[in-house]
Amino acid sequence: MGKAAIIGVGQSMFVRKYPGSIRELAFEGFKEAITDAGITAREIDASVLCSAPEYDKQRSPSAVVAEYLGLNPQPTFYVESLCSSSSTGLKLAYSMVASGLHDVVAVIGLQKMSEITSAESQERMGRGADIQWESPFGTMMPAYYAMHAQAHMDKYGTTLADLAAVRVKAATYGQINDRAVFRKPVTADMFTDPENMMSGPVSTPLRVGDCCANADGASCLIVANAEMARSLSKQPVWILGVGAASASVNLTGRDRLYGLKAAAQAARQAYAMAGVGPKDIDVAEVHDCFTIAELLAYEALGFAEPGGAKELIQSKETYKEGSIPVNVDGGLLSKGHPIGATGGSQVRTIVLQLRGEAGEMQVKDPQIGLVHNIGGVGIYGNVTILGNA
Amino acid sequence: MSKKKEDVRFGKFGTVSFTKTTRVNDFIDHLENGNIMYTHCSNCGADFFPPRADCAGCLSSEMAWREVSGTGKLVSYSQLKYAPVGFDADLPYSIALLDYGNYQVFGRLDSDLDLDEVKIGMPMTTVVNELPNGQLNYIFKKA
Repeated sequence: MGKAAIIGVGQSMFVRKYPGSIRELAFEGFKEAITDAGITAREIDASVLCSAPEYDKQRSPSAVVAEYLGLNPQPTFYVESLCSSSSTGLKLAYSMVASGLHDVVAVIGLQKMSEITSAESQERMGRGADIQWESPFGTMMPAYYAMHAQAHMDKYGTTLADLAAVRVKAATYGQINDRAVFRKPVTADMFTDPENMMSGPVSTPLRVGDCCANADGASCLIVANAEMARSLSKQPVWILGVGAASASVNLTGRDRLYGLKAAAQAARQAYAMAGVGPKDIDVAEVHDCFTIAELLAYEALGFAEPGGAKELIQSKETYKEGSIPVNVDGGLLSKGHPIGATGGSQVRTIVLQLRGEAGEMQVKDPQIGLVHNIGGVGIYGNVTILGNA
Repeated sequence: MSKKKEDVRFGKFGTVSFTKTTRVNDFIDHLENGNIMYTHCSNCGADFFPPRADCAGCLSSEMAWREVSGTGKLVSYSQLKYAPVGFDADLPYSIALLDYGNYQVFGRLDSDLDLDEVKIGMPMTTVVNELPNGQLNYIFKKA
């Protein structure tokens, strides 16, 4: 299989309420990505739109977005895997160019969550689980992840302070990311102060500060085959490994709640394809929709042994100066989580890191980066490994 | 000519049901009789909770109903302080997972339970529960 590379990345501001339509939101990420790649819409021979349905009213959104971005008559289609939709789109784009069917593919992720209320959004997200057998009990994403937190705390002795430490790290970098929704400092004390909003209960043991915020946003990745990447880009970032796995939607089909098996399986695939291991990763973006999710990711990716995530966050080894910097753009906890745009935003961060263009967030001379992006509560596991060579 | 009446029994499941029709609608009749049932594949012997009409292992659709009985071990739980649209009146409530060995059951904890007494690994039973709006679900009680 031929290699594929990312030659352009773009992202809109992530905001609580975007003052425009979904096609206009898509334009913001797209314009930046094709400008970054130094190409025009004519050089893109297919597009993939990635979002989760039912936040806005548009059916088959790939068509209106392709029209607005000047991507007709090229083929366009729609993929979704909930919160990992744009990682799925990237895997698809890799397959499309590596197979020789296409040369340059745009992966456009977006979500405009503000068209509905927060409670409606929780209901939509809850219906990303099993609507026949689970949703009638009144489920929502924070509650499912809270069950994982409870199980992890019980099995490994992870504490509420460990969870808070993940948010404190996220806020450290959210403050220096001008695309993030949440840019205020967060301290561990806020989680123990009953008067502070961060300590407010959401679903035990998770508190407000343990949860990422809904956001509106768009991302865009331009993926090219090896030949086009070399001719169009001075610094292509190569897709070295793409892993993806699925797990039962209903929690009754899971053999553990103290980890996400699909993430571990996706990681194994991606490491094997790239021919690298956890120790080779210089910088990573992981799916921290909740603080517990980042700790689960450390263990799924092999950055820590099972149960060892708490020591990794306590030792600050996942800070920018540590042995394995994670989410040094503030993660979903600071950036916000516009479902369909999130994976593309994570990939953009790693591409900028590998190109040495991450500004204040730049880690020292990274050569290999990793993106971990989860759809639903571990239903879809996606791990992508990117490198400079 | 009389039109065949649509079987919408499953609309009675949970505070808000999101689907009314399934080929395991008899589950609701069993609930109304006070029993929580799983399906057992008559061909290969696999057990399924939630109940399935078809076996993905051997492709048989010959299923027998069996009762969820005895105790399961609490795998995990969480008490919700916010609810999705349609569930506000139930707050606070806790969702949970019980492990019965060859299958697991997802449901709610008994709202009368003191959460300080709830421990992962504790044995619990699953019992039918009628909700204030007349709908049916099931809850986990301390064994």
